[in-house]
Amino acid sequence: MLTPEMDALLSEYFPVLLFLVIATVLGLVLMVVPLVLTEAKPDPEKNSAYECGFGAFDDARTRFDVRFYLVAILFIIFDLEVAFLFPWAVALGDIGIFGFWSMMVFLGILTIGFIYEWKKGALEWE
Amino acid sequence: MLELWNDLLWPLLWQVILILALTVGVLLYVAYAVYADRKIWAAVQLRRGPNVVGPFGLFQLFADFGKNLIKEVIVPAGVNKGIFFIAPMLTFVLAVVGWAVIPVADGMVVADLNVGILYIFAISSMGVYGIIMAGWASNSKYPFLGGMRAAAQMVSYEVSIGLVIVTVLMCVGSLNLTEIVYAQAEGVWFFIPLFPMFVVYFISLLAETNRPPFDLPESESELVAGYQVEYSSTPYLLFMIGEYINIVLLCSLCTVLFFGGWLPPLDIAPLNWIPGLVWFVLKTSFFFFLVSMVKAMVPRYRYDQLMRLGWKVFLPLSLLWVAITGGVLIAFDLLPDPVAVSAATGAGL
Repeated sequence: MLTPEMDALLSEYFPVLLFLVIATVLGLVLMVVPLVLTEAKPDPEKNSAYECGFGAFDDARTRFDVRFYLVAILFIIFDLEVAFLFPWAVALGDIGIFGFWSMMVFLGILTIGFIYEWKKGALEWE
Repeated sequence: MLELWNDLLWPLLWQVILILALTVGVLLYVAYAVYADRKIWAAVQLRRGPNVVGPFGLFQLFADFGKNLIKEVIVPAGVNKGIFFIAPMLTFVLAVVGWAVIPVADGMVVADLNVGILYIFAISSMGVYGIIMAGWASNSKYPFLGGMRAAAQMVSYEVSIGLVIVTVLMCVGSLNLTEIVYAQAEGVWFFIPLFPMFVVYFISLLAETNRPPFDLPESESELVAGYQVEYSSTPYLLFMIGEYINIVLLCSLCTVLFFGGWLPPLDIAPLNWIPGLVWFVLKTSFFFFLVSMVKAMVPRYRYDQLMRLGWKVFLPLSLLWVAITGGVLIAFDLLPDPVAVSAATGAGL
């Protein structure tokens, strides 16, 4: 059985769910309309992957630059940090000066890490 | 029966009507935003822009829409069909549902969540999936490179947008978007005290939505059209619409965070007669105009310059500004009173 608070919370989120359903239906309709209106006329040239005028030599899923991977890892670290900052920023009035300095220590440690990866050249794209 | 109608069906129907009204409004706005974009771009280059369909070419976008609807959907041989078609859907759906929490006028919001800004942040982060899925599923070199570039670029600027939002939150003490606007009604609009953060936000907006000068994922001269190369017909259209809805969404978020949402510039007689919705649309349009002008005037960045700007300039700057804002608010005792905020929102913490 849901408590009244839980019920209120759920009803607050219900429009979001409804919105999601309506947007999905709209998207699906747009996707299906040309399938109904047009007739597929496949031919090998039309259906081959785009290339500058010749057939593809090999598969497109080859090796790629490791720096994309590095950026993804750095993103996880800093996005988590932002996720920590959100509740902290909202509650700053409550937790006062102690809360402020606790977060500054945390940010300080992260900044040391940031300086390290900068010096190591993880942010270089020449 | 009547009870069922009153308690359940009518509220549901009302919600559906509200959502449809908002969606249609946004889509119409986007249609004319695309038109304005093309007209502004043309005017800067001393061309006429679209001027054939309807007076001044006003119906051009509907003609384009119709044309896209009757094109054949090409499915290239090597693609992963499922992911290939989920990608444009995801881009479109996520761009649309982001609007659920935007207060377009006082009380005019579909879902007044008390974690509204977190919701927007989550939805716009998920936008990366649509693009990287498109790049991967196409199984073609240009989309793959475009998808990789887009993903790296979007996540890089996501971080500085997050930190910018945190500085605003500290001044408000609430995650609710309506509350953020109310906080600006009492004091000054946040672009005055947080001006550097407004600039960081605006430039990150361009990078986040892959707009010129940061449109490297689809730079025509090297990647043809990036992750969209293999798409045709409405799947392509969904990408296009999704992208523009995202731009307008971030422009309207800019209005809410820094320019007082639906509030008139001065709370005096002739200005506060104009409804809030009009102010909101005007402000959002102003930011869209800026985005268009940047597209028309600024040459494209190189990829290394883009990454350097994101990681070595914006990230340290916004991190520093979070610390400074927090310090100033604590030192001068300017923090919002948490009790007052939760009482005003009417939402429990």
